[in-house]
This record gives sequence, structure tokens and C-alpha cells, in this order.
Amino acid sequence: MKTSTLTTKLAALLVVMVPATGEAARAWLLPSQTILARSGGWVTVDAAMADDLFSFNQGAMQVDALSVSGPDGQPVAPQNPAKGKTRSSFDLELRQAGTYRIAVAENMVMARWEEDGKPKRWRGTPAEMATGIPANAAKLEVEQMQRRVETFVTVGTPTDVKPAAGTGIELKPVQHPNDLYARETAKIRFLLDGKPAADLEVEIIAGGTRYRDAPDEMTFKTDKDGEIAVTWPAAGMYWLEVSVQDEKATVPGVKKRRASYSGTFEVLTQ
Amino acid sequence: MIRKVLFALAMALTAFGGTASAADLSLSVEIPQLPVAEYHRPYVAVWIEGADQNIAANLAVWYQVRGDHTKWLPDLRQWWRRGGRDLKVPVDGLTGATRPVGQHLLKFDAARAPLTSLKPGQYTVVVEAVREVGGREAVRIPFEWPIKAAKRESATGSKELGAVALSLNP
Repeated sequence: MKTSTLTTKLAALLVVMVPATGEAARAWLLPSQTILARSGGWVTVDAAMADDLFSFNQGAMQVDALSVSGPDGQPVAPQNPAKGKTRSSFDLELRQAGTYRIAVAENMVMARWEEDGKPKRWRGTPAEMATGIPANAAKLEVEQMQRRVETFVTVGTPTDVKPAAGTGIELKPVQHPNDLYARETAKIRFLLDGKPAADLEVEIIAGGTRYRDAPDEMTFKTDKDGEIAVTWPAAGMYWLEVSVQDEKATVPGVKKRRASYSGTFEVLTQ
Repeated sequence: MIRKVLFALAMALTAFGGTASAADLSLSVEIPQLPVAEYHRPYVAVWIEGADQNIAANLAVWYQVRGDHTKWLPDLRQWWRRGGRDLKVPVDGLTGATRPVGQHLLKFDAARAPLTSLKPGQYTVVVEAVREVGGREAVRIPFEWPIKAAKRESATGSKELGAVALSLNP
């Protein structure tokens, strides 16, 4: 079965890439442009897993779970999809005015256990758990992973971005993600399972890390409304990440959960 | 030199010509000659910005009208965000073709659109220019509305725009 082969391959890949701490390379989507004139047009989006922002120098991001929704909430089909060694990419034809959400949202389960004294690992969808994890697995540890990687593109006037999933971490912009400008302060709100995500640490890093000696990350803590206020130091492409570990897994039989949100945002000149 | 004389003449005509009742706002925008190998006429937007920084009145938008080159309008970064993106171009009496190097005079009657929509208050005239393979620049001149006394204010761009002069005649 193709899906399971892919999953197995992905699991193998993750085992290689993920050290014991569970830290993976940074996941990001990079749109060729974020603001288009009212006539619309094409954008190309690259999807990669790489710590250098935004250099394709580690691995391509799997985009099986890609979903693009148009201003009317209807799905937009990606065109010319390609998976390379260092990045995946696809084109989007944006015909309608308004804001498009480009998201790769995954809901996976990771398990580790011991079999004949040897460590075993498995990664799959919640539905595959029953077949993927032996019923009598010793020292079994399972964790749900809700990962959401997003970016936004707007044709003409920005339109409302509504969080749709209601589970995991989502963005509920106060300032529109395609209306960010250097030296201005933007409020961004995060939701966890549809409710304001308070006390979460948010990290923001400007692109071009290769050309700096320090990552110069900015860190924020969400307030009781799940909000942070970011004053963008300069124009450019920025990467944001926020994650949480808790015991609010939504998969039956799983307790531990790790939810993450990462987004790419373009900040424009004054 | 000739251009300067013509400009002075035009400004004089603007200031003293016509009837006494015709209050107006006139603006002179200079597109400078640039010593570059590849030159394209800039896209230019001229508008009146309110205290809230939104567009109170659009005065002129020059872009490459022939062919569909509206694609580059968002490069007029500030004009685009402040309201250009809400505008369906072309707009009669507002949008037009890109202009050549030189002084360009714009004149608006206070009693006619788009100035009639201005409520009393503080405003800023903004001229923003962006050039293909070149740069972007915005020049601002604040003023008060309605016009109480004859006034002439000017500002100069450093790269993409030359002298910008605002002339207010009550």
C-alpha cells in the first residue's frame, strides 16, 4: 500500500533526523510572494525542513497533508507538485481576490517501546495505531503530534483568516498576516484547541540566518488572551514557531501530546 | 532651465489665475533624470493621507496602462496598503500612463471631487514612486484643510523623486 510505504519511509527519515530530544529540523513553507495585485496570478511555494532560514539545505518537507483554502474557504488545488531532495514545491493559481491559507497540518502518533530488549519506534496516523503498535509492547510510550505549518498569500485586499481546525495550535490573527510592516507592532493571537493559548513561548527568527553570526531570535510569551505583540525590526521574511507539550491528547489511548505551529510571514518596507 | 521657467509660470498661473472663488490645491511632481543604464518610467501614486494614515483622497496613479501591468501596483508599497488595493483600476480621471522625466503639474478644484470629501483637519500629501530595477521613495508634505491662506510648501526626494511642491490657494 502506497500510504503505508510512504509512512514507513517518513518514519525512517524521522528516526534519522530526530535526535532523542524530539527536535526536528525547522519546517517551513516559503511563498514566492505574499501580496498580489487584484488581477491575481501564480505563486510558487517551496516546502522544506531546514534549520537555516530559508535555505534548502537539509531535506524536503512532506506535503501529503497540504491543504490550500481560498478566500471563500474552498480548497485550491496545487499544481505542478514536485518533490526534490532538498525541498518540495507546488504552484498555486490565485484567481479570486482575498486571502489564501496554505497549510500542512498533520496529526500523527509516535510510539516507542522495547521488543526483545531492543528499542522500537513507530510513527503513523491515529487510525494506523492498532496495526502499527503491538498490543503487548513493553515499556510503551506514545505521544500525539499535532503539527501545523502555514503561510498566507493575499490577492488585493486581505480578508479574514479564520481558524478552522479547532484542535492543536492555530493562528487567529489580530493583525492580518499579509499586512505586516517594518517597525510596526502586530498583535498575533494563538489558539490551543480553539481556546486562547496562554503562557506559550513563541520564537520568531528573521530569514537570512546564514548571513548572520547569531540567530537573533525574538522570544515572546503569550498573554492570557493567547496574544503576543511583535514589533518587526526590519522588512523581510520571518519564521515563527510556538509549541506546547501537555497531556491533552485527542487520540483514544494516548495521553501525551505535542502540538506545534510554525508560520512564514513577510514583513514589508515602510 | 526652460523647465524651471515653465514650472514657475505654471505655479504663478495656478496661484493667480482664474477667479477668486476657485480655491484649489495644486501639486508639482518632478520625476528626475537618472544616470542608469536601464531606465523605466516609475509607477507613481499621489494621494492625500488622513490623520489615520488611510487614503482620504487619491489624486493620481501612473502605471503602465498598456498590457496588464497592474501586477506591479503593490510595489507602491504604502499606497497599496493604505487603500490602493481596494481600488479597481483603471479609474477615470485618476489613473493614467507613466510619465516621462520632468515636472508634472496636478491641479484640483477645492469645490470638486476628490477634495470635496475632505473634512476639516490635518492631512498629508504623499507622492510615492517605484521604478523597475530601481528604488522606491515616498515624499510627504503636511497641510491643513480647508485652505485658509495661500501657502506653498515643498519637499525633495533623494533618489526616485525630485522636487515636490504643494500650492494651496484659498
